Amino acid sequence: MTNDQSTVVIGGSHAAVQLVISLRQCGWEGNITVISDEPHMPYQRPPLSKAYLAGDSSEDKLALRAAGAYEKIDVTFKLGVRVTSIDTQNHQLNLDNGETISFNKLALCTGARARPLPIPGADLESVHYLRTMDDVKGIQQSAASAKTAVIIGGGYIGLETAASLTKLGLSVTLLETESRLLQRVASETTSEFYLRLHQEQGVAIKLNTQASAIEGEGSVSGVMCSDGNIVSADMVIIGIGVIPNTELASEAGLNVDNGILVNEFAQTSHPDIVSAGDCTNHPNTILQTTLRLESVPNAIEQAKAAAASICGLKKPYAELPWFWSDQYDVKLQIAGMNQGYTDAVVRGDKASRSFTVFYLKDNNILAADCINRPKDFMLAKKLILQGTSTEGQSLADETIELKTLIMES
Amino acid sequence: MPLINYIEFDGKEYSVNVAEGVSLMQGALDNMIDGIVAECGGCCVCCTCHCMIDPAWSEAAGIAAADESELLEMLDVREENSRLSCQVKVTSAMEGMIVRLPESQY
Repeated sequence: MTNDQSTVVIGGSHAAVQLVISLRQCGWEGNITVISDEPHMPYQRPPLSKAYLAGDSSEDKLALRAAGAYEKIDVTFKLGVRVTSIDTQNHQLNLDNGETISFNKLALCTGARARPLPIPGADLESVHYLRTMDDVKGIQQSAASAKTAVIIGGGYIGLETAASLTKLGLSVTLLETESRLLQRVASETTSEFYLRLHQEQGVAIKLNTQASAIEGEGSVSGVMCSDGNIVSADMVIIGIGVIPNTELASEAGLNVDNGILVNEFAQTSHPDIVSAGDCTNHPNTILQTTLRLESVPNAIEQAKAAAASICGLKKPYAELPWFWSDQYDVKLQIAGMNQGYTDAVVRGDKASRSFTVFYLKDNNILAADCINRPKDFMLAKKLILQGTSTEGQSLADETIELKTLIMES
Repeated sequence: MPLINYIEFDGKEYSVNVAEGVSLMQGALDNMIDGIVAECGGCCVCCTCHCMIDPAWSEAAGIAAADESELLEMLDVREENSRLSCQVKVTSAMEGMIVRLPESQY
């Protein structure tokens, strides 16, 4: 390896930060440059809808690393600059400021962007999405003078935002097109729990309700629903999912299909280009499927594999996906992926604020939603990784300790 | 800024100043210390910032709250002085503290 080699990373979030740190740990001695279209040094995204929006955190605390930390490992940042195209033939990047940058190795950590909602009025002032720190600053600015808010979308981002805005003293109405919250990702028990939790906190939840237009002249006055009713609102937040940022990759001729396609070493279809984080569609050997994940643990672990690949090492990415969500005083930890489950078994009292939902398929544990149950979460991860086969009754029976289901290794 | 001594499993030592009010986890991350992963960024949900605090400073570090204790209890390698470093905020009483890091965070 020579010192005149250079790795360029496009994107400046969780995957990018881990990738540059891991590059140095793997022995990369060449230059490292991170190009991000955001004007901020890398920050944590998960708290944006949670503690940061609710005012319990600060910009300083969001920083993934102190600014000086990157100097220690000699990484250069170009912030507020967008890469417009990748010239794979000449190993060059074209930037929107007219610059071109050469690379020997390239890492695409381009992440995802909020899915736009194409309805009239979505461009009004006080209509927000929630993906970046600047988005949240905009939300906070609107919230400072707003009394009522409508949230469009009953997924985790929508629900966390509802909790945070309620905490800020706003009166919140949440619209969900499906017949229950979290329909795509959780069991009925989990959905019902969150419905009840939010209703108890004063959030009005309208299921089976689509937003057809946002009303207002200049600023928002309300949201017109598909049933013809108008919910009045001083501000609107749209949280209907994300789109992976794959355009640069596909225009450069890389294989893309619901994400940038990579192998377990985070390598794309181009030998000098790796990719990690929310933007990838990758194989998971534990789950024996390919998937695109929106999660920090995925970004971190995949970035380690990507850095190893750049250095000519082989470090396969094979982790059990996990997620978490904070709403009010309730902490949800999710182990595994529940897709294709046939049974959902509840351990504990589902009317309380502490229980676990186990997802099974043919007596195999696929996943678990652990509500204020950190111990169950830790054990569920082990049970899933071991491929534990068990009757649902044993999981539901709290006189049987979960620990006893774990096989001695 | 109190001086904190992080010692990785292989014996590698880092003596670094960490500002009061900052967590031991963030102090390790800001100094690029490998032994702390911190997947959740300090929300006490993932258990990848496990550390062992030298008994001389256990009083200064305080006692783990219920959720932290439950996570710690489930670790394969738990010691009496185990803590999640995201839950320990640096104070002036921690000057010179020795923090040992485990072989693995998984």
